[in-house]
Amino acid sequence: MYEVVHDILDPRKLLLAVSSPKDGAVVTFAGIVRDNNRGKKVLFLEYEAYAEMAAKMMARIGEEIQANWGLSGVAMQHRVGRLNVGETSVLIVVAAPHRDDAFAACDYAINRLKRIVPIWKKEVFEDGEVWVEGPSEKLEVTHP
Amino acid sequence: MKVRLRFFASLREIAGKEELEVDVEPGTTAGGLWEEVIDRYPRMSPYTRTLQVAVNQDFAERTQKLQPNDEIVFLPPVSGG
Repeated sequence: MYEVVHDILDPRKLLLAVSSPKDGAVVTFAGIVRDNNRGKKVLFLEYEAYAEMAAKMMARIGEEIQANWGLSGVAMQHRVGRLNVGETSVLIVVAAPHRDDAFAACDYAINRLKRIVPIWKKEVFEDGEVWVEGPSEKLEVTHP
Repeated sequence: MKVRLRFFASLREIAGKEELEVDVEPGTTAGGLWEEVIDRYPRMSPYTRTLQVAVNQDFAERTQKLQPNDEIVFLPPVSGG
């Protein structure tokens, strides 16, 4: 399951999608909207996605995890639209036979998502707003 | 030949629209199209150094030659998560 959605994220859906009797560990990462960034009070965030490509790139991260760790139980959802402080912007769930691989693959997935998945956030402050720009160094992108 | 440009996030706000059909010369590269885009929208030129190019929903090099009906998106540095 690799999706860009408008609705509130629910980790139970992703857990169901990845669960398998052979896996003894499931790691869930949830990204939450913070009330501050670089010392400024954040009122809310606006997320925007190039949704078709974002889903494709999330699936590619799943393929990379399959290639590196041999894990197939991966699910990711990213929410778009207006998100208030405390709401979940992204969920990544990884299942593995043992916890070490589940933690490592989940960490890989969120770092990779922040680099190659075309989603952008705008921070809205009391006195203005700004599109956040991630690191802009040359990407290493796989083309399976 | 016609290609389809789509804009997102900061570039969408600068363009004031989500998409644009553009007529380009055969042989035009993605990088060449970007030059035409910043002629039309000079406020986008600061992105020249940092943007990534997507053609048909996958990352592409700026040297890639465009084909009729390609969907091109110039991606500001992503900031999801």
